[in-house]
Amino acid sequence: MILLNEILSKYPKEQEYLIEILLEYQTSKKNHYISSEDVASISKYLGVPESQVCSVISFYSLLSMKPKGKYVIQVCHDVPCFVNDSTSIYDKLVEILEINDGETTKDNLFTLEITECLGRCNEAPAMRVNNLVYVSLTPAKVEKIINDLRGEKK
Amino acid sequence: MIQMKLISKRFGSINPLSIDSYMNADGYKGLEKALKMHPNKIIDELEKSRIRGRGGAGFPAHTKVRALSKQSGDKYIVCNADEGEPGNFKDRSIMENDPHAIIEGMIILAYATGASKGIIYIRGEYQNAIMIMKASIKAAEEKGLIGENIQNKSFDFKIEVRSGAGSYVCGEEFSLIESIEGKPGRSRTKPPYPTEKGIHNLPTLINNVETFANFSHIILMGGDEFAKIGTKSSTGTKLISLSGNVKNKGLYEVPFGTSIRDVIFKLGKGVKNNRKIKMVQLGGAAGPIIPEYMLDMSIDFDRFENFDSKTGTGAIIVIDDRFDLFDILLINMKFFVNQSCGKCAPCREGHVQIVNLLNKFINHRATEKDLMSLENLANVIQQTSLCGLGQSSMTSIISSLRYFRDDYFSKVRY
Amino acid sequence: MINFKINNIDIACEENTTILAAARQHNIDIPTLCNYPDLEIKSECRVCVVEIDGRKKLFTSCSTIATEGMIINTNSPKVLNARKTIIELILANHDASCTACPKNLNCELQSLANKLGIDDNRFPTVLEVKPLDNKNPVLIRNINRCIKCGRCIDVCKNVQSMSVLDVMGRSKDIEITPAYGKFLSDEYCVYCGQCASVCPVGAIIEKDDTDPVWEAINNPHLHVVVQVAPAVRVSLGEEMGMEAGSIVTGKVVAALKYLGFDAVYDTDFTADLTILEEGTELITRVTTGGTLPMMTSCCPGWISFAEQRYPEILDHLSTCKSPQQMFGALAKSYYAEKMELKPKDIFVVSIMPCTAKKYESQRVEMRIDNVNPDVDVVLTTRELSKMIKQMGINFESIEEVPFDKPFGITTGAAAIFGATGGVMEAALRTVYEIVNKEELTNLDFKSVRGLEGLKEAEVELGGQKVKVAVAHTLENAKLMCEQVKAGTSPYTFIEVMCCPGGCIGGGGQPYGTTKEVRQKRIDAIYSVDENMEIRKSHKNPDILALYEDYLEKPNSHKAHHLLHTYYHARKK
Repeated sequence: MILLNEILSKYPKEQEYLIEILLEYQTSKKNHYISSEDVASISKYLGVPESQVCSVISFYSLLSMKPKGKYVIQVCHDVPCFVNDSTSIYDKLVEILEINDGETTKDNLFTLEITECLGRCNEAPAMRVNNLVYVSLTPAKVEKIINDLRGEKK
Repeated sequence: MIQMKLISKRFGSINPLSIDSYMNADGYKGLEKALKMHPNKIIDELEKSRIRGRGGAGFPAHTKVRALSKQSGDKYIVCNADEGEPGNFKDRSIMENDPHAIIEGMIILAYATGASKGIIYIRGEYQNAIMIMKASIKAAEEKGLIGENIQNKSFDFKIEVRSGAGSYVCGEEFSLIESIEGKPGRSRTKPPYPTEKGIHNLPTLINNVETFANFSHIILMGGDEFAKIGTKSSTGTKLISLSGNVKNKGLYEVPFGTSIRDVIFKLGKGVKNNRKIKMVQLGGAAGPIIPEYMLDMSIDFDRFENFDSKTGTGAIIVIDDRFDLFDILLINMKFFVNQSCGKCAPCREGHVQIVNLLNKFINHRATEKDLMSLENLANVIQQTSLCGLGQSSMTSIISSLRYFRDDYFSKVRY
Repeated sequence: MINFKINNIDIACEENTTILAAARQHNIDIPTLCNYPDLEIKSECRVCVVEIDGRKKLFTSCSTIATEGMIINTNSPKVLNARKTIIELILANHDASCTACPKNLNCELQSLANKLGIDDNRFPTVLEVKPLDNKNPVLIRNINRCIKCGRCIDVCKNVQSMSVLDVMGRSKDIEITPAYGKFLSDEYCVYCGQCASVCPVGAIIEKDDTDPVWEAINNPHLHVVVQVAPAVRVSLGEEMGMEAGSIVTGKVVAALKYLGFDAVYDTDFTADLTILEEGTELITRVTTGGTLPMMTSCCPGWISFAEQRYPEILDHLSTCKSPQQMFGALAKSYYAEKMELKPKDIFVVSIMPCTAKKYESQRVEMRIDNVNPDVDVVLTTRELSKMIKQMGINFESIEEVPFDKPFGITTGAAAIFGATGGVMEAALRTVYEIVNKEELTNLDFKSVRGLEGLKEAEVELGGQKVKVAVAHTLENAKLMCEQVKAGTSPYTFIEVMCCPGGCIGGGGQPYGTTKEVRQKRIDAIYSVDENMEIRKSHKNPDILALYEDYLEKPNSHKAHHLLHTYYHARKK
C-alpha cells in the first residue's frame, strides 16, 4: 500500500493520469495486477468512480485485475510472425511450461499470452517477457530463455 | 539506388540518446529556420510540400494544421506513436533511432499553430521507445527548445509522453484522445472533429510519427523542393516496413512511386528459399491482400485510395505459397475481434460472425449462401462502423474476394 | 436555413440540425435504437444510417448534421440491407426468447426487428449465457438481453452522477455492469430505476412482485388495502394507451377495486400528514436553533444517496417517514384498531411510480412492530398496468370511483407531491400560514415548479426572509449536499427528489418517459391541484380528525413513534 501511495503522490489528481498510474503500479508489483483494494485507493485519489477505473483496466490488454506470474510471456501471433513460424514458438512454450494462452504456471513464475503485434516484424518471430522483447526466435532459443529465467529464480 | 534516405538518413550514424549528436547532424536546423519565419508562412510551406499524413489514410497534412492554427486558446499537438498495425515498425524505428526529429517537428508545428501542449502517445509495448522519447524530451528541455519562452520567441510548448496500455484501436484519433484523457479508448461521435474539440474538448491536432519527422526537412529544403520528391499525388519519401517471407526483412526508405515489386525483390532480395509469392498484404491487418501480378503497383496514396484502408502506412507483408489465404484472413479477423472497442454494433458483433463464416470455409462447410453472407457482412461493417477500425478492418476480406475469389470457391461445398 | 433533399423531398431546416431531427420534423421515419430523447447522442447502434449522395460510407442520421444541397436517401437498398444486417447481428448476441421476457411487446429491439421484416437470422447465436443479478429486492439485471446501447450508463453517470454502471471489457466481451462485474447490491446503488426506465430491452427491469399481491387478494383471511401515490394517477393512462398527462384518478380506484382489493386509499392523505409533521419539524428547527437547512425525506432514492455518499449531513434530513411509510404505519395501527383487525391480517400494497420504494418498504426501520413490514408489497405503475391487463379490464371505459374512507379527503397540496417542487410548495402553503398567522392569498409558488434542475424561492416567515431550494436528479442533489457539507448552504429548507421531474419521472413509471412526457404529467398534476376544493394540507378535515382522534398533535410522542424514522451511514 505504501508503494501505491508513493506512486500516486507523483501524479496530479486528474483522470488523465489514470492509465499512467495503473501501468506504473502494475509493473512494480510482482504479480502484475491491480487488486480491488488498489482500485479503491486509486479511485479515491483521483476522484474517479470505481466503476470507471474498472472499466479502464478491463479495456486495456496490458492491465489486469487478476494476478499473473512473475514473468508474463507474450508471444506475437500476427501475420508477419505467423508466416515466420511463430506457431512453433508458441507450441514450444506450451510444451515446456505446460500451460495455455492466458494461464499461469503452478509456481506462479510464468503467464503465457498471445499478444498483438510487438512491432518487431523485421526480426520475426518475436515475444516479450515483461518489458523485454526477444526476437528472431527459434524453439531452441525459447527453451534457453525459459531455462535462464527459471535459473534466475534460484 | 532505390532507397532515398531523408527520414532515416541519421539512423545508425548518430547516438539517439545524445541531443548534441543530433544537432551535429543538422538537427534542430529546421526549427531554427522556422522560428525566423511567420507562423502562417510555415503552414504555406507545408501546403506547398503537399505532404500527406503518414498514418495510413493519407490526408493532406496542412489542412489540419491550418484548421488548428485558426482556433484560439489552449490547444494540443499530439504525436500518434500508437503503432499497433501488424507489420509496421517504422514509427518505432524513428523513435529509437532519431527521436529528436519527432520533437523538432512537433515544436515547429507548435510554433506554427500556437499550441502550447504536446503529447507523444506511445503504445505500451514500446518500452524502449518510451524511455528514449522521455530522455530526449528532457534533453530538449535542457537546451531550452521545449518549455517557456522558447528561443526568446515568446511561445511556450511542453511535451509529455503518455503510454498506451495495449489497445490497437487507440491509434484511431478519437480513441487516442479518450485514452489520453484516462478513459477506455472508445471513439466519439463525429462531428465535432479533433481540431475543433479534442482532448478535454480543446482543439487538438494529431499526426503520425513519420509525418512529424518530415516537417524539419520540409522547412529546410522548402515546400516546393520537397514536392519534387515522389509523385504528383504523393510527395516525399515513404518508410517501408518490409516483413514476412522475404530474405531481407527490414526498414527501407523510398521515394513515392517506387514499385512494390522493387521493394520486395531489390531491397528485400526476394522470397526466402526462392518460394513463390502467394499474396502480399499492404499496410497491415487493415490493408488489402493482393496477388503477385499486382506487385508492379507503385507506392502512392492515389493507388491506395482504391482500397479505402490504411494501406498508406507503408507496411509490406510478403506471404509465400506455403500459406493458405484463409490462414491469413483468420488471423486478421481474430485480431479485430480482440481489438474492437465494442462500442458500435456492427464492429462488435460483426467480426465475431466474420470469424464464424471464415471457419466454415476453412472446414469446407461453407455454401454459396455463406459466401454471399460474408461479402454482405464485410460491406456492412465497412459502411456502417463508427470509427476507422471497423471501416478498414474488412479490407483484407473485400480485396481477397476480388483478387482471390477462386480460393473462396475452392472451399465452397455445392 | 439549410436546403437539402431527403428521399427526393425538399427539406428546409435550421442550421446545425441533424438529419434525423430534420427527417422527423417532416414526418419521415428513420428507425433508431440507441437514440433516446434527452440523452447524449451515442451513434453506437448504427441502425439509423442513411445514404448520402456521393459518399461511399453510410452515415448515422442521429449524429450527422444536414448541410446545404445534401441528397439523402433513408431507404435505399444499401441502407435497408445495412440496417437489417445490424439488427440480425444484435439479435445473434441477444437472449431472444421473447415470450419469456417481461418486455415482450414493449421491447424496442423486438419492434424494430418486426418493422424491418426480420423473421429469420442469417447469423447463428453467439450468446454466452451469464448469470442474473437478482440479489437485491428491486432490480434484475439480465445481461443476456443487454444490447450495449449505453443508455443506462448515461442516466446513471450523467443524470444521477452515480456511476454504478459502466462498460467492462472490450469488443464482443463487453458487459455493462457495476465495478468488478459485481452485483448492484454490492454497490452504491440507490435503486432509482432510471436505468430500467430507459433500457430498450429487458436487460434491467424491476422485480415483478405481482404474484404475492394476487396471492394476498385471493387469501380470504387477509384484508388487503392498497394505496396509490400522487404521480401514478397522471401516468397510468399511458400504459393503457391514453395520452401522456391523462388524469385517471377515479379509473385507477375503480380498476383496483375490480382487481379485488378490499380498500383503496390515497397516498395523498399521508402526503398531507407529511406536510403537517415536516412543516412542524421545520418550524421547531428554525425556532429552537436546530440543524438547518432541513432537507426533505420523502424520496427513498435520495435517502439512500445521502446515507451512502453524504453520511455527514444526515442530521439535516427531516425525520419524517415518506407518505408511503406513514400510510403503512397508520394502516397497521390506527386503521387496524378502527377496523378491529389484527395488524398481521392487514396486507398493505403500494402503487408507486418508483422502484426505490420497494427497497424502502423492506428497511428494518419501517416496521412498527419491529418484525413485519408496514408496507407488504410495492408495485410500480408498470406492474399495476400488468395486473389490469391480466384481468382484461377496459381501462378507458371503466367508471370512475372515489377513494375509500377514512382517509378519503385529500388536498391539492398533497397532489403536487408527485412533481419536483411539489413538496416544497405544499410545505410553504402550510408553514406560511402557521408561522405568519395570516392567510396565504396566492397559493402558487411558481418559482419552485418546472423541470429546471435547481430552483429557489424566497419567502417571508415571521418577518424574516427565508431562502428555500428544490433539487431533482442526484446530480443536483450532490450540489446541494456539497454546500450543506461545507456549511455554505444559503437555504433554510431544501426539497430533494432523486428522479428527473420528481416522482412523475420515477423509475417505475411507464416506458418512454421523456422531458416532453414529464412536462405533460407535471401539467396534469398542477391541474389536479387547481381543481381541488382544499389546497392546503393543514385545512384537510380528515387530517385534523386523525390528530384529534389518535395522533394528538403534529410531532407528538405518538406521531414520532409511528411517522418518524432515523438514518444511518451505510456502505451499500
